[in-house]
Formats: sequence, C-alpha cells, structure tokens
Amino acid sequence: MRTGDLLALRPAGLYCEAGDFYIDPIHAVPRALITHAHADHARPGHEAVLATDDTLAVMAIRYGAAFAGETQAIGYGENLRIADADVCFYPAGHVLGSAQILVQDAGSRIVVSGDFKREADPTCAPFEPIACDTFVSEATFGLPIFRHSHSRNEIAKLVASLRLFPERTHLVGAYAFGKAQRLIALLRQAGHDRPIYIHGALEKLTEYYASRGIALGNVRKVTGATDLAGEIVLCPPSSTNDLWSRKFAEPLVAFASGWMRVRARARQSGIELPLVVSDHADWDGLCATAVETGCSELLVTHGEADALVHYAQTRGIAAEPLHFTGYGDDEATPAETAA
Amino acid sequence: MNRFAQLLDRLQREPSRLGKLRLMTDYFRSAPDPDRGFGLAALTGALSFRYAKPGLVKALIATRVDPVLFDLSYDFVGDLSETVALLWPAGAAEEEDALPLSTVVRALSDTGKIDLPRVLAELLDGLDETGRWALLKLITGAMRIGASARLAKQAVAKLGGKGIDEIEDLWHGLALPYIGLFAWLEGREPRPITDDPAPFCPAMLAHALEEEELTDLPPAEFFAEWKWDGIRVQAVVGEKSGKVVRLFSRTGEDISAAFPDLVDMLASLPCRTVSIDGELLIRRDGRVQSFSVLQQRLNRKRVCAALLADYPAHIRAYDLLSLDGEDLRALPFFERRRGLEAFVACADTARLDLSPSIDFKSWDFLAAARRDPLAAGVGPDAAAIEGVMLKRCDSAYVPGRPKGLWYKWKRDPFTIDAVLMYAQRGHGKRSSFYSDYTFGVWHQTAEGEALVAVGKAYFGFTDEELGKLDHYVRNHTSNRFGPVREIAHGKEEGLVLEIAFDGVNRSSRHKSGVAMRFPRINRIRWDKPVREADRLEALDALLRE
Repeated sequence: MRTGDLLALRPAGLYCEAGDFYIDPIHAVPRALITHAHADHARPGHEAVLATDDTLAVMAIRYGAAFAGETQAIGYGENLRIADADVCFYPAGHVLGSAQILVQDAGSRIVVSGDFKREADPTCAPFEPIACDTFVSEATFGLPIFRHSHSRNEIAKLVASLRLFPERTHLVGAYAFGKAQRLIALLRQAGHDRPIYIHGALEKLTEYYASRGIALGNVRKVTGATDLAGEIVLCPPSSTNDLWSRKFAEPLVAFASGWMRVRARARQSGIELPLVVSDHADWDGLCATAVETGCSELLVTHGEADALVHYAQTRGIAAEPLHFTGYGDDEATPAETAA
Repeated sequence: MNRFAQLLDRLQREPSRLGKLRLMTDYFRSAPDPDRGFGLAALTGALSFRYAKPGLVKALIATRVDPVLFDLSYDFVGDLSETVALLWPAGAAEEEDALPLSTVVRALSDTGKIDLPRVLAELLDGLDETGRWALLKLITGAMRIGASARLAKQAVAKLGGKGIDEIEDLWHGLALPYIGLFAWLEGREPRPITDDPAPFCPAMLAHALEEEELTDLPPAEFFAEWKWDGIRVQAVVGEKSGKVVRLFSRTGEDISAAFPDLVDMLASLPCRTVSIDGELLIRRDGRVQSFSVLQQRLNRKRVCAALLADYPAHIRAYDLLSLDGEDLRALPFFERRRGLEAFVACADTARLDLSPSIDFKSWDFLAAARRDPLAAGVGPDAAAIEGVMLKRCDSAYVPGRPKGLWYKWKRDPFTIDAVLMYAQRGHGKRSSFYSDYTFGVWHQTAEGEALVAVGKAYFGFTDEELGKLDHYVRNHTSNRFGPVREIAHGKEEGLVLEIAFDGVNRSSRHKSGVAMRFPRINRIRWDKPVREADRLEALDALLRE
C-alpha cells in the first residue's frame, strides 16, 4: 500500500496510525469506525465505536445495547478530528446508515467505501462520489458479467410469478438487514399492496426501518400453521430450505442476490426464481465510481478484485488488491450460509 | 429461438426428473416442425457444425471484451456459453419467437467460414441474454442442463405413448429433423423404416450393487463373470452388397476407424450377420493388459502399423444380441450365452474370446473371488479385472439401466489421506465454486520432507461440503497463479482429504511418478493433523503389487 502513512493493513483490518483507529475491524479493537452494520463489517466488543446513528441502532438491535464500551454517533457530512486525523462520513447507498469514510491529513485524502451501490434505493441515502487521492473499494461483483442495476424488472418478475402461481407461497430468501427491507419497499413502489409476511429473524430490523419513516406498508410476522398460498414471505437465505419452510403451500423459492445472474449459482442453491437484486455496486458501478472519485490509487478490499484492478490500471490508476478475507457474507447464497 | 431458449432455461432450473420430462414433452407437443426436430437434436447431442465451433465464439468475444476481463469472467462462470451471453453487449429482446430455431440451425450449418463470424454476431445481437445463452449452447454442444439424451428421448416417446426402447431401437437410423418420427408418434404415419445394415442396439447397463441387496438375491438365479477393465463395445456385422462391419462404443459412437485390426477380424467371422456385446482390451503375449496400456492406444490420433503391432486389440465377448438376421435380445440370458459360447467356439481367431464365467454356490464364495481374483484361478489376466458382474439368468437384453437384472460389483476402492495443495474453480454444476482440488502426500525430497502433488479430485463431496471447502479455500489462500489458488500447506497447517481411488498407474507426466485412477474425495478430515497424512511410499507399494 502506497498510503502506508495514513492507513495500513493489519490483521484486524485497515488501521490509521495518525488517529489510532481501525475501520471495520474483524476483531475487537480499542477504537473502531464502522461503515455499516452488516455483521462482517460491524463486530461486537470494541472499546469505542464511531458510526452513524442508524448503524449504531442496528448494531444495538443485533448485538444488544452493550455491543461496545462506548459509542459516538456522527452525521453525514460532519467533520471530526481524531488525534491527528480528520474524518468525515458520506452516504454509501448500501443499506440504512451505511457510510463511506473519508480520512485525511495534511498530505492525502483516502476514502474507504465499505460496501456501496449506485442504483437508487428507497431505504437509504444515495451514494455520493467523494474526490480523493486513494479510493478503497469493495469488489463483491467485480466482474463484467455482473450487471444488476435493474431491480424494478426483477420485482416485476416476482409479481408476475405471483399472478402465474397464485396457489404457491413465494418464499423469498433475502439477507435480514437491508435486502429484506429494500425488497419490501420496492414491492410497494411496484404497487404490490397485499400484506407481506416476514420470518421472525427479520422482525426487529423491519420495525426499525418503519420507525425511521420508510414506507413498508402492511408487514406481518409469520405465525401459526397458515400456508399463505399466493403470498410473499421473506426469510433469511438459510431458511428457504429448512423445516420451517415446509408449512407453506408448495413453496416457490426465490432468492435476491447479485449472484443470481449466474445460472449455476441459482441451481446450486435450488432456487426456482432467481432475482438479480443486490445492495452492492455492479461492474459498471464499480468502474464508474473508481473513475469519478478522481483517485490516483485504487485499493480493493474484498470480492473479485483482479478484474477491477485490471480495469483501473488500463485507466491509468495505480491499483492493487488487498485480499482481505473477512468481508463479503451479506450476499451469500443459501448453500454458502449453510456452510 | 425464444421458445427453445425458455425450454433450456427452465430445464436447467427444474430439479425433478419428472418436471424436466414434462417440460420437454410439452415443448415437443407445442413446437412446430422442423423446429422441434432441431430441438430434439440439440438435446440429444446430435447437432454438430463444421465451422460454428467454440473457437469461433471465443474469437468473436475477443473483439468485444478485454481478454483479461474475459478470462477472469470465464474462470468464474465456468461455462463458455453463459460467459459470452453475459458479456455480449446487450441487444434488443427478440419479438415473440421471431427467429425460428430451424433458421438459426441452418444459418450455423450452411454459412461459409468467411461469413460465419458476421452472421453469428448478427444473430447474437438480436437476442436477449437467455436467447444468446441457448444459441451458444447449440455451438458448444455440452448442454449441462441436467437433462440427458436419454431423458429427451423419453420425453419424445411420451408424446406418442411409446416406450423409450422403441425410440432407442429406431434412433440410429433416423435423420434430422425427425419429421417421420414425430409423424409416427402423433399417429399420422406408420413407424419409420430404417435400412441400416449394421445398426447399433442401445446397450444394457448394470446397476452398482449395494452389498446388503445380496441377502434378497438367490445365488442360483444368477450368472457371474469378471468385470473387465477395458472399454465396452458393440461389434456389428451386417450385409449390404458385401459385409458391413462396425464397432460402436457403449453410447453408439462409431469407433471402427481406430480399430482396423478388429474390423478385419470381425469381417472374417463365420456368419452372415452378428451383433456382439463385449469388452475391448489389449491382449499381448496371451495376456490381457491393464487399462493404462489400453489408454496408450486410445489416445493416439493416427493408427499406424507400429501401434497395431504393439497394442493388439481384442474383444472379450459378453453377450450375443443377434445372429444371422435373428434378433436374440428377448431371449433369456442363459440361452443367449449358450449361443455366444457356440459362436465363439467356431470363430477361428485369437482376437475374440469368451468372457469366462465364475462358478459359485454362495455370495461369500463370490465375495472372496472378487477380493482376490488371482486366488480364484483367473490366471495371468488378473491385472485387467475391476470386479465381478452378476446377471440374472433369465434376463432379456433391455436397453438402458433396467432395475434388478444386472449388477456390477466393483472392487473396493483404495484410500489415502492426502493434503489439499491447490484449488481451482469448477465447471458445470460446480461452477464458480473452488471445486477442483489438487492434493499431495509426504515424500522425502532433496530439500527434505515435503508434500508432492499426486492427483486432482473434483467430486465425491456433498453440496454442503462444497460450500465449506470453498470457504476454506478462500480463507487459506497463500498464493495465486492465474486461476489457481495455492492453499496454505505444511507441517503445521493444511487440510487433510481422504481420497478414494480405483488404482494406481505409473506416470511420467506427474512429478510424483504415479497417477491415480478415478480419484474422488471420500471424506474431509477436518480433525486430522497434516503431518499424519500418508506418504508417497503408500502409493508406490500399490504400484508394485
């Protein structure tokens, strides 16, 4: 890493010596800045955590109120000095509360994207490209085969399937935080006004989204032995094939993820209705973002880094994969989450 | 094209066999002639084009996508058609089946070499992703949609309420686009007549025996013979203004050209016509050679005199399907066997002999023979035995793999504990997961005790285990060489895999000097320390046996 002065890669994650903090560390550390509340980026047990208020709230829901020694909320665009480093959080468009973190000192500006996407999302603030010298990007879908910024078409597929198979329960696997609520919001935008049913694991987070004024309509928790024929039921990916799913009427298993673009992925997971919806930037989004930040150096934390690095190099940007292995669970398919 | 593309897409997503059958039968019922005939050809692997080949597809995409990005994408997707379909610049969606499958197939088969790249590009531009994928599948051949040729034939048979055997019997005499076949199945015309003088009869295959099944099988009702480790063939002699001789593989592929020595022998047999089911072996100095010797003949492109002299081919006969115009397949096995014995006895050639029977009174006796063929008196050919076959004495010769008639009882596999060294992404069903594993065992080298790679395995595990292995590979990558990941391995770290395999051959291509046959992952030994994995000497010992 050329930016060794301001940020360095340590076993726990990206570390800023000037401010003595980590960004999204995968082990407990004295001070952590958290981009967003997905479990692979936001781990419990840090002594001090700085994050947006939504990220802190979601971490408290998932880990309990005592998830960190102390917490501090920061708003988008608010500047904060930590020892010898200046930091500022900007919307990343990934999930509610998600942020890119700008770290700067007198010499350089580095933006750590965490996870991000460029497609509009009714459940979170849109991504803003931030000018910087070094952009630290994700690359979960860093291959030109991944193009998934047409969620509206995918939602239309789901609604059409409901019409075609009114006798079957449409069981949609979706990550519990972010993806599930976004699907509900997208269904509402598409005019689907029937009640939407959710697995118990999604309840608290969905309630939190509603409490933040996001229009989710009539959402009900699945209870009792009702078979919910012709209804949409959202559940965590790992529940689509387990015992819980058997009470429904001939469940038609759908799964929402960027991986669904590749047939074998859908087949390996036994998915009947693949929905190509992702909370990560697709190939075009990743490439455009690297260019729009005007960075002269691109570092890729995780995902399919090699192609993005190659692309950046052809555009005259120095680029390097970090091969960091702790991230990237939030799009996992049912086969992977079972593992 | 739309309709056929939708069929392929739904087939690859449909998990159940019955569901796949229904999808295909519906397609054959609703698609018009000649489209459905081309669809049937595509599903049975009967389509092939002179110039439209995978290489052309690769050349076309190379002019549209950065080659580095293409390679990375192909490595991830693991399927050429799908990679190109996903990468191809998006075109307009096709109007409701505006481009008939037959038009596409004719364009691919009739266009000359010069014009084909342009014609193919135009076709791809006019299709959506699913359409492009399906079209490219026609060219790359391997469908990988989980529907075998046999299942497609079964779906066709259902269209006319026929059995699959009736289709199989006709199949090798039919021509594209099967207008007569569909007319017969729909009751509009009589059964098509084929005039092939030396037709292939679909082979009868055996089920793998589960040992606990033996308790329900009376030994007296079964015939036993050795399972020879060569390639299963059907040798057919027919008549049409002279003798017509053909040698077919188990799947009906004509392999006569590679075996002129056998064709000469067959032409000299004392009969007008005959059809023999048997095993193709190499027999040198009165002794059947192991499969690895046979492979050296199979792998040659050109058949020269030296090859014929060094690797003399031989047929060991299992069954007699027809003789002098009479179809014997409906007879009970023991009657066909009697006919076969008589026929081989008067055939005056060293290149054809009878597969000897194993006399046994009890399953225990047979089990002992299977464990140790040499002790059971098989003589010098023991190296070419891979188990025993059980055939019900009254079994007719039924194409396919009918239940309860024939069993194969293979020798128990060998196992070793090896260490995972490298991983690569798989193809087809396993694509995009790290599912091809190179493993090694301990060996004393000049630099001290080290792991040497001895083989590669890419199946044997469940989907759940694949998920875990993939996860392990990602989290323990110590180096990358293009698509290959090196997995951390040494005395203190690494993952032990129990590998099952059917045998060991000497190999000059592998650094270790050995090559395993049919290696697969038997168990993942998450619990086993790496230093306790096996040593190369364990494989060397097998080689000496």
